[in-house]
Amino acid sequence: MEIMNLLTSLIAIMILTLSALGFAFTPLSFLLTTVLPYVAFATFLAGFTYRILSWARVPVPFRITTTCGQQASLPWIKNSPLESPSNVWGVIGRMALEVFLFRSLFRNTDVVIVGQRPVYGSAKWLWFFGLLFHWSLLTIVLRHLRFFIEPIAPWINGLSAIDGFFEIGVPTLYLSDVAVLTGLTFLFLRRVVAPQIRYISLFADYFALLLLLGIVTTGLLMRHFFPADLLHVKNLALGWVTFAPALPKEAGPVFYIHLCFVFTLMAWFPFSKLMHMGGIFLSPTRNLANDNRMKRHLNPWNAPVKVHTYEEYEDEFREKMKLAGLPLEKE
Amino acid sequence: MRLYNRGMIIAGIVVFLIVTTFPFWYGRGKAVPPPDLKLDTPAILGLKEKRCVEPASYMRSSHMKLLVTWRDDVVREGKRTYTATDGRLHEISLTGSCLACHSNKKQFCDRCHDYSGAKPACWSCHIIPEEVR
Repeated sequence: MEIMNLLTSLIAIMILTLSALGFAFTPLSFLLTTVLPYVAFATFLAGFTYRILSWARVPVPFRITTTCGQQASLPWIKNSPLESPSNVWGVIGRMALEVFLFRSLFRNTDVVIVGQRPVYGSAKWLWFFGLLFHWSLLTIVLRHLRFFIEPIAPWINGLSAIDGFFEIGVPTLYLSDVAVLTGLTFLFLRRVVAPQIRYISLFADYFALLLLLGIVTTGLLMRHFFPADLLHVKNLALGWVTFAPALPKEAGPVFYIHLCFVFTLMAWFPFSKLMHMGGIFLSPTRNLANDNRMKRHLNPWNAPVKVHTYEEYEDEFREKMKLAGLPLEKE
Repeated sequence: MRLYNRGMIIAGIVVFLIVTTFPFWYGRGKAVPPPDLKLDTPAILGLKEKRCVEPASYMRSSHMKLLVTWRDDVVREGKRTYTATDGRLHEISLTGSCLACHSNKKQFCDRCHDYSGAKPACWSCHIIPEEVR
């Protein structure tokens, strides 16, 4: 039954492709190039902001610490400031390690049954291909800025030059394109091949990967096999950012499929698991300093408790206590 | 509605919005005219029929594919004549054929390449003839 999730997401991608072609070959193509870009981008921004705000409404009453490292305590006990930070700088460091290097995924382990015993070992493949995919996706997104600004900022051209350093083929093969395809293929095959992962994979898991694979594939097709007219592509993209979208001329069907996939990704992003892009910054085990022993963290929804401290008790009954010969803290 | 860590959350959202809308504010919304490609070189003006090697739409999107095929034909196969889809014959030569008509690299090749961020490697082997430069 678990294969159904894969099939449904494949069908969803097919429907998207067909509707993109429907746009391409009918007068409706103006929708895809004038209205939908704004709808998709606005949904992305508004949805993203909404999700962050809705998370920020959830109180986190106490510090959720993880046991990755020794917390700061007595000065002669060596602590681990990045694994178990006690102040905001440590938290920033831990968050940076998480965001840029996927520190917690690096700790991923694997278990195999050897004889009758479970044996735990390190499992770095998911970390490696995940990192490969995310960094190359970032590079690709930044490289695409060349279509959206004029004149092109030197750092964008520099990035493209480094990315195409080996000058393989014409147009140059970008290393990030190879890397993103490798990473995504691994992440996809992992869900299809490993039975345990296949069992827990849902429609949205496959759909995210297939959609990204679709974007990458159509992008590579346009660069290396069915070249798109970049002059028109850039005119169109510049039209969007100057709020004067132009009707495209001579953009092939592959370009329409690419656009349709990207707009789907943007509009779906805030409501999908891909929101981990924003969510990572709000994960309690990553963004809370381990300072339970230094600061008192009050639960925000606690009802006010009426307390009667010992000092107050003594003040109230001092005379009676003195008469009864009881010991007093204050005479 | 209560927002916890209000300062950090608002700051994060503001940074997110500024970064994602980069192309919108970077160009300050100014309309950019598309590059003005000059097709008025003496060689082109002297042509009876203004036709490139292949149809213009194909040349615009795929000239680099054609050029790299030409390179392979000449350098690896020793073939120096190209038969276009309409049957015309052309000498395979960047300097002799392409640049003979498009003798204005700055107003033709470079404008579009700069506009789309393309960095062709033609000139790492070929010299730019003085009159084209």
